[in-house]
Amino acid sequence: MIIKQISIFMENTSGRLADVTALLARAGINLRAISIADTTDFGILRMVADQPDEAVKLLRESGFTARETDVIGVEVPDHPGELARIMALFRDEGVSIEYLYASLEHKVDKAVIVIKVDDISAGLAMLEKHGFATIPSF
Amino acid sequence: MPIWNREAECAAPAARQKLQLERLQKAVERVYSRVPFYRQKLDQAGVTPDSISSLKDVAKLPFTTKYELRETYPYGLLACDRSELVEIHTSSGTTGTPVVGAYTEADIDMWSEVMARTLSMAGCEKGDTVQNGYGYGLFTGGLGVHYGARRIGANIIPISAGNTRRQLMIMRDFGTTLLTCTPSYSLFLAEAALEEGIDFRELPLKAGCFGAEPWSENMRIEIESKLNINAHDIYGLTELIGPGVAAECECKDGLHFNEDYFYPEIINPETGEVLADGEKGELIITSLEREGSPLLRYRTRDITFLMREPCSCGRTSVRIHRLLGRTDDMMIIRGVNCFPSQIENVLMRIEGTQPHYQIVIDRGATHLDEIEIQVEVEEALFSDVTRAMEQLRKRIHDELKSELGISAHIKLVEPRTIARSEGKAQRIIDKRSL
Repeated sequence: MIIKQISIFMENTSGRLADVTALLARAGINLRAISIADTTDFGILRMVADQPDEAVKLLRESGFTARETDVIGVEVPDHPGELARIMALFRDEGVSIEYLYASLEHKVDKAVIVIKVDDISAGLAMLEKHGFATIPSF
Repeated sequence: MPIWNREAECAAPAARQKLQLERLQKAVERVYSRVPFYRQKLDQAGVTPDSISSLKDVAKLPFTTKYELRETYPYGLLACDRSELVEIHTSSGTTGTPVVGAYTEADIDMWSEVMARTLSMAGCEKGDTVQNGYGYGLFTGGLGVHYGARRIGANIIPISAGNTRRQLMIMRDFGTTLLTCTPSYSLFLAEAALEEGIDFRELPLKAGCFGAEPWSENMRIEIESKLNINAHDIYGLTELIGPGVAAECECKDGLHFNEDYFYPEIINPETGEVLADGEKGELIITSLEREGSPLLRYRTRDITFLMREPCSCGRTSVRIHRLLGRTDDMMIIRGVNCFPSQIENVLMRIEGTQPHYQIVIDRGATHLDEIEIQVEVEEALFSDVTRAMEQLRKRIHDELKSELGISAHIKLVEPRTIARSEGKAQRIIDKRSL
């Protein structure tokens, strides 16, 4: 299943993360996964929230450049070697990963990894074929 | 398209030159006899009113600079009795003592005439509704357009500058057909209209007259597509009259100079030598009919060239090319001359980039000039993939380098972090102490 990630353009200035998180908190939006990619001048904040459409609308109204991106959330058994097995699968099937990060989801014996791939339908089909569960939403 | 004054605007060149010479002789006589400042300058140059026997003799006259206008503030250049004045305007004075324009009744009459010509070039006729978004007050834009539209008999909405939401509401509700404001403000309106859910394709707006700041051909394309109109460049300056010195007709190939009132020359700004038609240099203007504040050979600091080829609209007046820059906002970065308009052209070429940018020039630890260009990242430019954003930055950098020959640091910034102006845009911040 495809899930919606929210991507936000941010300048590297102090307090900017505080601004974004306070804005989402006031609207009662819950974050399920979060990651930041940083460069010298700017960063890209990526996150998965429980109400993605509302969150993007709110962010845009508040003057942020934000957009929704299709990503995969895959459940990974919580013991050594499992992530390596999935990564090998991506390599062998030739599906490129743009980036990935772990979610904040707590599940017994399982972790959820958020993955952005170049070809999302190929990625989903491959995971399904090899018996990995992708989550419909958080 | 209507031609407001066919007799004057389409006159045979020889007849116009005869008129220009008569007016030039009177103008020199007027300042020589009435303005001590000019009498002294002309005496020093060894020129008297009798020295002017052909239009070429204009080159014998001394230049007038902005510095001299400030030095003679407020009434030092007045060429009439103060009781004859009916209106005063000044420049904004953001860069020093304001420059004064003093108008007699005849000056206002002439201003109305040249502005009627200007608005007609954009298709304005009786029955049109003109939304005048230039500031009313000491700034010449507001009242200049007002007088021209009055002369034509169009319906004027004197809304002045600012209050964007009301501009849009009025434009929709009153069926504005012609918009006058700064070019950057027109794009600001387009952006705001999107947020307000107003679609320009559904409005009767057909044209706009945009001036008071330099803009590019690419910006015209963006304004015309976003506002669904014809965008006309207009030129003028407080020192000479305000708007109404020159304007574009429907051919949009240079601005027709109202040369029966304002005599243009192009000079080499370094040497003062008069250049031939088609050669780029500083625009010099002599007012031929001003009574209140006449000026001889005023150095505008604007860079352009004269175009004397016939225009297919039928007007015979000389045209100036759209401004290429100013001698005083020309940036010299590591010895390379460049103009903000060149940077704007590059930014506009990159799809989706709106012209919201700022140039910051500074000297780093090495004491070498460093240029930073801040570009606002709108949604169209934004990607969640870092690599794509770095590529965007590299593309802007590389295109600027090939256009200007200088390597600039490109800083991608959040939307609305660069101050939006409802008047003139501050594009350059020069932190160097030169």
